[in-house]
Amino acid sequence: MDLTTITYIIVGLTFALYIGIAVAARAGSTSEFYVAGKGVNPVLNGMATAADWMSAASFISLAGLIAFNGYDASAYLMGWTGGYVLLALLLAPYLRKFGKFTVPEFIGDRFYSRTARIIAVICLIVASITYVIGQMKGVGVAFSRFLDVGYDTGLLVGMLIVFFYAVLGGMKGITYTQIAQYVVLIFAYTVPAVFISLQITDNPLPQLGLGSSVADGTPLLAKLDQVLVEIGFAEYTLQQGTTLNMIALTLSLMIGTAGLPHVIVRFFTVPKVKDARSSAGWALVFIAILYTTAPAVGAMSFFNLINTIQPGETGQPESNLVYEERPEWFKKWETTGLLQFEDKNGDGRIQYYNDKNADFAETAKEYGWNGNELVKVDRDIMVLANPEIANLPNWVVALVVAGGLAAALSTAAGLLLAISSAVSHDLMKGVFAPNISEKTELIAARISMAVAIGVAGYLGLNPPGFAAQVVALAFGLAAASIFPALMMGIFYKRMNSQGAIVGMVIGLLSTLTYIFVFKGWFFIPGTNNLANTPENWLFGIQPEAFGAVGALLNFGSAWLVSKVTAPPPAHIQALVEDIRVPRGAGAGSSH
Amino acid sequence: MKNAQDYWRANVSILLKCLVVWFVCSYLFGIILVDQLNAISIGGYQLGFWFAQQGSIYVFLILIFYYVKRMNRLDREFDVDEQ
Repeated sequence: MDLTTITYIIVGLTFALYIGIAVAARAGSTSEFYVAGKGVNPVLNGMATAADWMSAASFISLAGLIAFNGYDASAYLMGWTGGYVLLALLLAPYLRKFGKFTVPEFIGDRFYSRTARIIAVICLIVASITYVIGQMKGVGVAFSRFLDVGYDTGLLVGMLIVFFYAVLGGMKGITYTQIAQYVVLIFAYTVPAVFISLQITDNPLPQLGLGSSVADGTPLLAKLDQVLVEIGFAEYTLQQGTTLNMIALTLSLMIGTAGLPHVIVRFFTVPKVKDARSSAGWALVFIAILYTTAPAVGAMSFFNLINTIQPGETGQPESNLVYEERPEWFKKWETTGLLQFEDKNGDGRIQYYNDKNADFAETAKEYGWNGNELVKVDRDIMVLANPEIANLPNWVVALVVAGGLAAALSTAAGLLLAISSAVSHDLMKGVFAPNISEKTELIAARISMAVAIGVAGYLGLNPPGFAAQVVALAFGLAAASIFPALMMGIFYKRMNSQGAIVGMVIGLLSTLTYIFVFKGWFFIPGTNNLANTPENWLFGIQPEAFGAVGALLNFGSAWLVSKVTAPPPAHIQALVEDIRVPRGAGAGSSH
Repeated sequence: MKNAQDYWRANVSILLKCLVVWFVCSYLFGIILVDQLNAISIGGYQLGFWFAQQGSIYVFLILIFYYVKRMNRLDREFDVDEQ
């Protein structure tokens, strides 16, 4: 069978599975729609959280990010996993004890303020919408690249599937499809990884393979360091950026992870406080399987790529691959534009090296090289082309497609649920129409879910220029605004509404301003005040890493304001006392 | 409410200890001391690099499950566990 047929079969089977689950797990009440009736087993919730969390970017781009940034990419690995420690220790159990439906609801109740709740809703919607565009694009790209259907058609099919299980099942349907999607995506990620690890290092476990030796007996990482230096790049295992920036980036990603509403709300779905604690642990188990594999996939496929292009010793004329003899996968990925070759020195061979390194220019000239000829190597290729580079059978390639789709759909559904419950529960029920019945609210929730899918689909079809900047924005907002408000709400009884609101606004505005100064106001190209280069950054901190600074400003200003204003009323202090103790969580869930 | 305050204090002290470990395995070993630790090799891994791309994640995992176990015990000791 040819690749396209197998891909259709595998992707079709997974979609049928998701729809089957959706029909079985319909939501009958608002509690089921928003928090799956608070009846999800903690291990299964961990699995659903992992799928919710790991997006199209984690699945497709992370390994490539590591491959091309080496050690410096560790900030993403530590940041996107260490956040779960903060969730388990600082937020999840207390928010579960609070026992309601949404993150803005906690902020509104704890700070006895509609304003605080509305600020939280705005942060949530901006962060989630920008994030969901990336997932929609991921779905469209997967379809158009592998299934020979147009980008638009692919995106519409994806929307339809999400529509079916998210509108019908709400959180309940989403939870059980996410569990299935986790199984699909982790299988699709680890199978090629095991094969490539065996091929390069003879070790079936990628986590150990990364620390093993290649055929000539040198450790893989040492070999990679050596080869990269020979072609003018920096060593793979050494730090390139500054230590302060690395710390700020790691911290921003950690507290951003812990502050993302679509992740937090997953811990509202378990029956008990102790389940919320352990569920965060299980989520990290399932996430760690991919996150400890990704560094191996990145290093090994990068090593494979360099070895394919330059099989011989660096600098010898016959060492580089003759373009006409390039392998099939190279040709295939050239047609997609992810790989591009330009024969700059006219020798018919491919030279890949760092032509931006001035110290290396002399050596390159001696070799007869006239500029890097692999003019484009998209980092996504490290995962997408991996099975083909390693000569794996077609069903593995098809599996990778299904896995990428599972990662994109599961994250999109989680984000859409966070958006729709913010609209129907926080804005409608909470602010504009407090007297609506549960039945009406459930209908409103379904309608806002449908509208959210429509908006996300529209933005996926007409992606605004800022779609690529989404990571900085979503994590910046969550880190600088939501995380500090939640943490102070739980750990600082004296925090009042004035302090919390000032803190959130300052955290939000400082982070947004810093991002906009370097990336353009509202991401409109050309409107940035300073070039986005390390020399211009404040203390050398890149815009993506400023969330940590915004969070500090939030904590500091909130504390100052709360000191000079009246303490919160007695019933709020009693609420804080109550969420700090696990007993009675069952009662807390009656709404 | 004496009991509830003691419970909270005990909880905060446990989680502060956990956060120290969290900081040490990632920020200290994975970033600040990475060059020094890279002088030590385990198999084909330099130790600092290993902490940054593998070890810290394993420590995070152990840390959460330790906290879960410790808190379940604390909940019972102070009789605030869920029945």
